[in-house]
Amino acid sequence: MDLTSLTIHELSEKLSKKEVSSVEVTNAYLKRIESLEDRIHAFITVTPEEALKAAQAADDRIAKGDKITPLTGVPISVKDIFCTKDVRTTCASKILGNFVPPYDATVTRKLKEAGAVILGKNNMDEFAMGSSTENSAFYKTRNPWALDRVPGGSSGGSAASVAASECIASVGTDTGGSIRQPASCCGVVGLKPTYGRISRFGMIAFASSLDQAGPFTKDVKDSAIMLQALAGFDPSDSTSINTEVPDYSSFLTGNLKGLKVGIPKEYFIEGMDTDVEAAIRQSLEVLKDRGAELVPVSLPHTEYAVAVYYLVATAEASSNLARYDGVKYGLRVNDTGSLIDMYKRTRDEGFGGEVKRRIMLGTYSLSAGYYDAYYKKASQVRTLVKNDFDEAFKSCDVIATPTAPTAAFKLGERVEDPLTMYLSDIFTISCNLAGIPGISVPCGFTKDGLPVGLQILGKTLDEGTVLKAAHAYEQATDWNKRKPSI
Amino acid sequence: MSITKKDVLHVADLARLALTEEEINLYTDQIQRILSYVEKLSELDTTGVEPTTHTVPHKTAFREDKALPSLAQDDVLRNAPEAERSCFKVPKIIE
Repeated sequence: MDLTSLTIHELSEKLSKKEVSSVEVTNAYLKRIESLEDRIHAFITVTPEEALKAAQAADDRIAKGDKITPLTGVPISVKDIFCTKDVRTTCASKILGNFVPPYDATVTRKLKEAGAVILGKNNMDEFAMGSSTENSAFYKTRNPWALDRVPGGSSGGSAASVAASECIASVGTDTGGSIRQPASCCGVVGLKPTYGRISRFGMIAFASSLDQAGPFTKDVKDSAIMLQALAGFDPSDSTSINTEVPDYSSFLTGNLKGLKVGIPKEYFIEGMDTDVEAAIRQSLEVLKDRGAELVPVSLPHTEYAVAVYYLVATAEASSNLARYDGVKYGLRVNDTGSLIDMYKRTRDEGFGGEVKRRIMLGTYSLSAGYYDAYYKKASQVRTLVKNDFDEAFKSCDVIATPTAPTAAFKLGERVEDPLTMYLSDIFTISCNLAGIPGISVPCGFTKDGLPVGLQILGKTLDEGTVLKAAHAYEQATDWNKRKPSI
Repeated sequence: MSITKKDVLHVADLARLALTEEEINLYTDQIQRILSYVEKLSELDTTGVEPTTHTVPHKTAFREDKALPSLAQDDVLRNAPEAERSCFKVPKIIE
């Protein structure tokens, strides 16, 4: 039996029946990471010692008959944006190249408390700014389906590690599509919950009003398991939502009878890849076969979402990244002796090109004289984008769209042109602006054999219905079971 | 709106970035193109529209004023580029 081919729910059952041990499975994953990493580069840091210690602890619990969770002994990875106590956390930036956090992010802590085995930290675009993982200060992650293509981004290492079976699941973050777009590119399931559903404490900030953590998994059932473990109010994050967390597995009925699926005409645009469009159209038929009713809806401000995003996200980033000044942690570059020069040299050498571009754009749009024209205007249009969803959800329960207009593109193809790169996120950004949950599930392949993702968006805090629709779709297809040959 | 090299230098100073000549030219050009793109927002009349800065109804969070353990000083200073006698050390500020 190939231990690295199992889902969380399959492995969890075998572990509790003592058919395999967590140490065995963890060793199988560590071996696979070792044999694939020089081709995939999905990890910045691998932590075999810590992983095997956690695996042994899980095995001990199981042997003693102690209470276990569905994640006890399950080998996963986390994006290198989550602080891990005593394990280097870089955010794929030179400026945090030697940062070893003295505490765990709430996400990391909850995973550890659930008994999960953390194999390592995933590669990403520096400070989560990018759609291809090419902006990592370390190296570029490759798409397991085609090594000359990007895995998407910014959580490209997380998506690639799950697709290549280097781990069973991963946790990433999504500010404008950074979970759903790479999930689509790599043929895995990626869920962005409602803003505030999962605590942001210890998750390195990019754009605080948009950032949200979420899982990458091999199927929707695993996605529900991961969300269950991560969701909930956290006193350390006052923007996390203080409301009850439902039992997500209870939504996975396979039946969509009576469910209204909104189809927004603004998401079926000219210039969309024909293979992608064909796969999406076909998956809508599958939803119909499962009992759903397709309803045309309109999200008229969709075409403004990218512009809103690149003003709001960069403004927030310019404030958030002001903390990297070479004083308390991280890189310091100093040769002149003056404090201001130290700040400037540290930041110029520590940040990569895309990060500096976004800090510049954000600082510009917040600076005296431009605030009303840019930041305020963008925040007002954000209200219109959010109102579009409120209106659409009056006539439907979920909304189905493509996750991205194309499948994974080639490395280097969009690096020179930031605007074209930004438009990769055209279908995922509105969801973050409105704060609603969204998932990407594998829904087919292009003629070149590249995965395509179906995006399902839901109402605020209604992850349950999003998972229900995605799960029913998955039950009728086997796209998620296909594996890249690497 | 058009952005000049002088604007870029001013913004770089505000953002505390010591950009190279090459970066200044590149960013002047790229930021100009991005700003031309976001200009499309002016097509929309937003008179009277409330700006959204937070998507979920949010009240100021209150909690009990209770002392909780904080991080040990050594742990906090461990990542400092330079530290001395329980302090973060920085270049001289006052002449």
